Amino acid sequence: MAAVKSIEVLSPGLQTTIQDLGRFGYGHYGVPSSGALDSFSLRIANRLVDNSENYACLETTLMGLRLKALTDVCVAVTGADLQLQINKQALKMWCSHVLKKGDILSFIGPRSGCRAYIAVGGGIITPFVLGSQSTNLFSGFGGFEGRSLQKGDTLSIDSPEAKLPMAGRALKSQWVPKYPSVWTLRVVWGPQDNDFTNKGKRTLTHTLYRASSQSDRSGIRLEGAEIQRKNDTAESIISEGLISGSIQVPGDGKPIIILGETVSGGYRKIATVITADLHLLGQIKPGDEIQFAAISLEEAHRALEVVSKPHLRPNGCVADLR
Amino acid sequence: MGDRGFLVELGDEISRQINQKVRALFIGLAGHNLKGIKELVPGYRSLMVVYDPLVSSLSSFKSQIMDIWGTVDEAQLPSPRIVEIPVVYGDEFGPDLEWVAHYLKMTPEEVIRLHTQPTYQVYMIGFMPGYPYMGEVVDSLVTPRRETPRTDVMQGSVGIAQKQTGIYPVTSPGGWQIIGRTPIRLFDPQKNPPSFLEMGYRVNFYPITAKEM
Repeated sequence: MAAVKSIEVLSPGLQTTIQDLGRFGYGHYGVPSSGALDSFSLRIANRLVDNSENYACLETTLMGLRLKALTDVCVAVTGADLQLQINKQALKMWCSHVLKKGDILSFIGPRSGCRAYIAVGGGIITPFVLGSQSTNLFSGFGGFEGRSLQKGDTLSIDSPEAKLPMAGRALKSQWVPKYPSVWTLRVVWGPQDNDFTNKGKRTLTHTLYRASSQSDRSGIRLEGAEIQRKNDTAESIISEGLISGSIQVPGDGKPIIILGETVSGGYRKIATVITADLHLLGQIKPGDEIQFAAISLEEAHRALEVVSKPHLRPNGCVADLR
Repeated sequence: MGDRGFLVELGDEISRQINQKVRALFIGLAGHNLKGIKELVPGYRSLMVVYDPLVSSLSSFKSQIMDIWGTVDEAQLPSPRIVEIPVVYGDEFGPDLEWVAHYLKMTPEEVIRLHTQPTYQVYMIGFMPGYPYMGEVVDSLVTPRRETPRTDVMQGSVGIAQKQTGIYPVTSPGGWQIIGRTPIRLFDPQKNPPSFLEMGYRVNFYPITAKEM
């Protein structure tokens, strides 16, 4: 490993953290997975600069960060369209580029989606904590000193010069996602859907919800119709495990989509977003509208097989445009 | 739990017997290293299993888990560790001690005596890394949560709420009544295991002075 100080953060924007595909196997110690909220975009960004799919990237939210290259590096930006720029000129996303020493990468702000991912060829060097480089902001470990990036931070890259020839790779245009402002998320009922009235369940799938500005990496809070519980049920339950995509309904009846920063909770979960749609959660921004479509477990597993077929997997759909 | 997890429920109430069964199944499954399992999260009365549906199916897990459950002998489980945890009660370390004493119409010393009296059981680690859900607080010490949660509960703070007692592993928001603080670090991601306490452990609290903090 040859660490080269290659990136300086000029401004972190709203929030920029280091994330990989997440931290697994420590749930019984209360340790959540954290990790990129849009794993599809992270994996593609890595492939475009010839990194392994699970390498750590920068996840930057809404307004986007501003960074300066301290050496020549190969970078790719995927995910939300935050109006990417190099030295104040528009730059193509879903494609790898060489940033020359002194070049400045920045964003104007969101056009669609919520989070952009920046991969750097060779990989960002930070310690692996419990098997992952992902930042756990709430407990303050992993990533860059356990926190979101700040002005003046410098990032070391592993042998960046080796990946410079990779610039020019692009994702085939038919695979580049288009992020709507009205989302349809597929869900499977449960585990506590039986504690809600039929009317309550219908409310979830037949009304539009709006992502609240109170949302963050721990969950998407939804504004909209209250979901009715059965009369004989208490507000909370005995605490138990939950996963990202769990749709929790607290006492006020306003659902929250749990993201990957919690392993347990004490509220009822009416439904769970299917695995094939999980990566979409990272691109829902405050103000976006959401409708839920309930499907069967079998349909959910078929949907996962479809997105996992080799030609649809990130490593199967990177085209080399050079 | 959607299309990649399920709960194995072993009872429907908070009890040491049910929680002991959860622990037995957790240890049994962890020891078998079943292919496709990504995460096992024990709760008070259930074990959550997170799996990769592309590797193994729900029905195959069901039969494997039933088989393993048949071989689990609760009497053969490793006996849980008993841990002594020092606590500075009151003053700046336990800002709610006076309020709790007033609410329960007793002296702060009585609150401390009642809190250090039982041997608590760690039912689960959750809510945040290293956070132990422990019980039961003696009936005469049962207190509601704070009406207004604090935005900053200091690391190591020992709190009570209803029948439960817990310790905050890092400074964070929280609504429990804070009666003291321990110098012990409950979560250290550089250590293996990272959590000072584990499900099933027994905990005794004992008072120390502020100088010993």
